Amino acid sequence: MTPLPLLSILLTPLIILALATLLTWVERRLLGLWQDRYGPNRVGPGGLFQAVADGIKLLFKQDWIPPFADRGVFVLAPVIGMMTVLMSFAVIPVTALSGIAGNLNVGLLFVLAMMGLGVYAVVLAGWASNSKYALLGGMRAAAQMISYEVFMGISLLGVVMTAGSFSLYDIVTAQTRMWFVIPQCVGLIVFLLAGIAETHRLPFDLPEGENELGAGFHTEYSGMKFGMFFIAEYAGIVLISALVTTLWLGGWQGPVLPGIVWFALKTGAVVVLFILLRAALPRLRYDQLMALGWKVLLPLSLLNVTATGTVLMLRSAG
Amino acid sequence: MLDTLRTLMLTFLHAFQRRVTVQYPEEQPYLPPRYRGRIILSRDPDGEERCVSCNLCAVACPVDCISLQKAEQDGRWYPEYFRINFSRCIFCGFCEEACPTYAIQLTPDFEMSEYARPNLVYEKDDLLISGTGKYPDYSFWRVAGVPIPGKERGESAHERPPVDLHSLLP
Ligand code: SF4
Ligand code: SF4
Repeated sequence: MTPLPLLSILLTPLIILALATLLTWVERRLLGLWQDRYGPNRVGPGGLFQAVADGIKLLFKQDWIPPFADRGVFVLAPVIGMMTVLMSFAVIPVTALSGIAGNLNVGLLFVLAMMGLGVYAVVLAGWASNSKYALLGGMRAAAQMISYEVFMGISLLGVVMTAGSFSLYDIVTAQTRMWFVIPQCVGLIVFLLAGIAETHRLPFDLPEGENELGAGFHTEYSGMKFGMFFIAEYAGIVLISALVTTLWLGGWQGPVLPGIVWFALKTGAVVVLFILLRAALPRLRYDQLMALGWKVLLPLSLLNVTATGTVLMLRSAG
Repeated sequence: MLDTLRTLMLTFLHAFQRRVTVQYPEEQPYLPPRYRGRIILSRDPDGEERCVSCNLCAVACPVDCISLQKAEQDGRWYPEYFRINFSRCIFCGFCEEACPTYAIQLTPDFEMSEYARPNLVYEKDDLLISGTGKYPDYSFWRVAGVPIPGKERGESAHERPPVDLHSLLP
């Protein structure tokens, strides 16, 4: 449990927001590295303050609500996006001692529920904007995220069955002898892919699809409301990476270094993988995305659950 | 699936390759001598202005950014004013190709930013240089068959003395 719950509740969103802002810079530098160029390297040491500069720029942009938009929902959508991501962080066990809101016995379900709500942000944004491209983006987002959510849940089942608990703490402690990445690697792959679709990152960024939809669901957004979508996306990446770390890579556990460092290292590695995927892969076509989801990943995750169940039963019997 | 992994691998390996970016203000890129940048007006080897105000450059210019006015002195033509609006110039080099006297030339320099747009209109004083530019030897007035002070008719290069039409001698 946390020693100072209130303080951590106040601090955590700030830290996560700072991290997400930093991540925009990290991503641009890494993309530059992999594309044989530099990326932003002028403002501050190594271009580090570019993120701050961008933030200031966004703050001073005109915050415009189109006259044809549904005002209330239009304003609400980015808030939902931001909230759900931030809420999900509450149950992530960062070290053995301190998570953010302590040990919730259905932590994993809570995260899934929050992610499920996160879909509303995108769908409502697309709907409330009341324009073609935004609506198309919102529809794509709805189809993509709902279908990927199905086996995102199922892919987690293997881990939950092996650990015997929904609590993220218990799942990490269950990995003391062996990280779940070995027995549950199929689940990891499925979850990673679903996670990319869930944060609508390349190669699954169809709801945004710059070259065919303008900017998809956030076409009509500007200023800080756009900034909130933007930051929520990056916070989402951190969230998925932190989840992968917790569920498959042994969370805070590791030799020598303190737990929080291990957690940060592993999460960082997964984040870098996310960025590498963006640097390397082109966007899928929409039908390919759906086919991959329903025809490959869903059966795969179901098989994984069956196999895990069988092994567990055999073990408890024998 | 394997292709995807290979793509990821290859992209990752690019981390260890040299970056192609030229870090511009600190590191200057190489500009070849015939680079089409800031325009100048050159002088002939005698140090006189080359431009003869023929207006061919102004006609050739696709964006109409050259403006000049002819003046005459001792039989020679000069531009009274010669103005190039660099906020419009597209550095196509057509003016240089059109010029019969090699007066107008493009140079390897592009650093001409200004805070105020009117400052991009260069007057003759700004354009005229003291040298000959890319063509050190050429002098229009020496080859043109026009008499000017110090050079009578028939004294130009490659020119024979004029025939006296009124003479009956063979
Ligand atoms: S370079 Fe082209 S656009 Fe510029 S002044 Fe000459 S002809 Fe005009
Ligand atoms: S074409 Fe050459 S000589 Fe004619 S006006 Fe232009 S710069 Fe002068």
